[in-house]
Amino acid sequence: MAMIRQCAIYGKGGIGKSTTTQNLVAGLAAEGKKIMIVGCDPKADSTRLILHAKAQNTIMQMAADAGTVEDLELDEVLKVGYGGIRCVESGGPEPGVGCAGRGVITAINFLEEEGAYEEDLDFVFYDVLGDVVCGGFAMPIRENKAQEIYIVVSGEMMAMYAANNIAKGICKYATSGKVRLAGLICNSRKTDREAELIEALAAKMGTQMIHFVPRDNVVQRAEIRRMTVIEYDPTAKQADEYRELARKIVDNKKFVIPKPLTMDELEELLMEFGILDEEDESIVGKTAAAEATLCAA
Amino acid sequence: MSMNRQETEQLIQEVLEVYPEATGKQRAKHLMANDPTLEKSNKCIVANKKALPGVMTARGCAYAGAKGVVWGPVKDVANISHGPVGCGQFSRAGRRNYVTGHSGVNVFADLNFTSDFQEKDVVFGGDKKLAKLISEIDTLFPLAKGITIQSECPIGLIGDDIEAVAKKSAKDIGKTVVPVRCEGFRGVSQSLGHHVANDSLRDWVLHNRDDDDSFKSTPYDVAITGDYNIGGDAWSSRVLMEEIGLRVIAQWSGDGSMPEMETTRHAKLNLLHCYRSMNYISRHLEEKYGIPYLEYNFFGPTQIAASLRKIAAFFDETIQENAERVIAKYQPTMDAIIAKYRPRLEGKRVMLFVGGLRPRHVIGAYEDLGMEIIGAGYEFAHNDDYDRTFKELQDGALIYDDATSFELESFVERLKPDLIGSGIKEKYVFHKMGIPFRQMHSWDYSGPYHGYDGFAIFARDMDMTINNPCWKKLQAPWKQPVGAEALQSVA
Repeated sequence: MAMIRQCAIYGKGGIGKSTTTQNLVAGLAAEGKKIMIVGCDPKADSTRLILHAKAQNTIMQMAADAGTVEDLELDEVLKVGYGGIRCVESGGPEPGVGCAGRGVITAINFLEEEGAYEEDLDFVFYDVLGDVVCGGFAMPIRENKAQEIYIVVSGEMMAMYAANNIAKGICKYATSGKVRLAGLICNSRKTDREAELIEALAAKMGTQMIHFVPRDNVVQRAEIRRMTVIEYDPTAKQADEYRELARKIVDNKKFVIPKPLTMDELEELLMEFGILDEEDESIVGKTAAAEATLCAA
Repeated sequence: MSMNRQETEQLIQEVLEVYPEATGKQRAKHLMANDPTLEKSNKCIVANKKALPGVMTARGCAYAGAKGVVWGPVKDVANISHGPVGCGQFSRAGRRNYVTGHSGVNVFADLNFTSDFQEKDVVFGGDKKLAKLISEIDTLFPLAKGITIQSECPIGLIGDDIEAVAKKSAKDIGKTVVPVRCEGFRGVSQSLGHHVANDSLRDWVLHNRDDDDSFKSTPYDVAITGDYNIGGDAWSSRVLMEEIGLRVIAQWSGDGSMPEMETTRHAKLNLLHCYRSMNYISRHLEEKYGIPYLEYNFFGPTQIAASLRKIAAFFDETIQENAERVIAKYQPTMDAIIAKYRPRLEGKRVMLFVGGLRPRHVIGAYEDLGMEIIGAGYEFAHNDDYDRTFKELQDGALIYDDATSFELESFVERLKPDLIGSGIKEKYVFHKMGIPFRQMHSWDYSGPYHGYDGFAIFARDMDMTINNPCWKKLQAPWKQPVGAEALQSVA
């Protein structure tokens, strides 16, 4: 059995991780790769475009209904969708109760015990909630699971902050294990000089911008049909983009221990690209009223 | 004879030498030679600090303090161990805090109620399960007067809102429901659990009948706090209060009940035995209801007489006369006990390592039997406990705070006491060293030790432990010097 390549997709909330993951996985499947997607987000929206479903039954919900996770069988939670892609969702609680992180841990342990990884798989993709908020959400990159991390980012300031923070999280596991940063995926928000900026950020972090995914409304048109672009309109230009991203991931050899930027370095980069203004120490902590008084004087 | 201060200091230094420098420096602050003239301990001993990694500590956790010590003995409430099953099961009915009543009918102190957390409860939260559990307890055990929610560790991690569940459930079932935030990882020992449990009593119980004046109080009403009725301790104490003419309207919490706790505010005086675990609520009773508290000690006739006089002094002459009469009444019995056992125990040297009260409280009982305390230490005492300890101990006696197993064993090896009083974790180590040992948490399944009745049992137990023939049989016959066996068989 060939080594299964396990990849985790991280990135700021709302950046398009789930959409990008599902589209690129569909691209890989179209090339004949055998893939499993593990959704690691209580919202359980990591597989809907593959399964044409609203939300998949999650491992944690099924376990709760069955009584315990031990009462659960793999085929109850593992669904097969477009291109033979196997889909599971860890699931978890409503916001504000319980422990979503523990849900991810429980679900991944369950998959391991049930032999989900022993299938003839080429790739496993983990689609992980927003930021690494606690140990549970780092589960996909612990204990010999995902060894390649892709961070979805855009030219917006907060997205880059988040990407840099995630890189810090990866460092902790990279130094103790084999986890490596495999690249930044730029999911375009059409900001100024976006590709250039993300390439510069990637270079500073010691990694690469593996692909620049342009913005295209066909993604939304496919999404309201609960489909990936690859399936909805394989001839669309956007489908080519996802296929290219998929191909680059297949060929990717650049796995690095990231060098996260310090806050100053990051701000410097943002200033260089005109996203952040030069800091004016004199206005820090001044209210609007105080500034008005100053101006009047 | 115990060591003088200099010898004790020397011993401490020698034992500390084994430690790495930083550890030795920390532990040095927890060890000292007694000076009975000291009033304040804060300059000479450090207490209530986190145990160091790598040492073996005898301490427990906040849950142990709240569920095990303070709430566990309350007989007519169902204490829910909220979380995985182990904490509740392994703390169930092991502490021998006796109760009257019918288990499972009107008494629940020996049962384990637990929400039995599974993975799904951690992930999805346990609030709904908890509410269901409370309503089921109410259905199955209608005579339960209240329910407490004792938080185990996961509850604090996942942020279950047990206060909201308690409020709503209390309304639904029409009974007192008390949330207790005693997650085990909080604090440095079980001591925080006592405090948390006291606070839960203050916030959720004590005032529940403030606008109910149907209770007919008398000028002689007292409450007993900090007696957990281990082996019946509270009963052998209560009878003495009653004999001197007082009426005990509440026992906290050994053989205690929810209604007693809710009417405690009618007491004229609060008699506090375990200061460490119930000083918090005692202060609150004083501040809110003006009920003063008085610390007493019912171990051994000397302390009992002193305490009875101190208690009586708070009341009128009738009570004071009663106290004298009661003391005189028991004196011949006590004299007979001492006459019987003192010759067998005279001069025996004792080392103690117990929780937060007994290392100082039982000293008088040993001294009544002619025994000597050469070392004493607490698992989880605070500085105010050490303030109260110095004058009870002889000059130069060894004092150890949160002693590690290494320290305790080293001290014992050097001091070679005739008896050690400590807990189950220590017991068999010292048995194997061939040293007589009594469990001073559980009275070694004996008791009561409080009051005059208790002293008779205490004296008998110490004698049968120290003078047990087994201690002479520790060496295998073939390892004994030639001739010894023959001598023994002749004897």
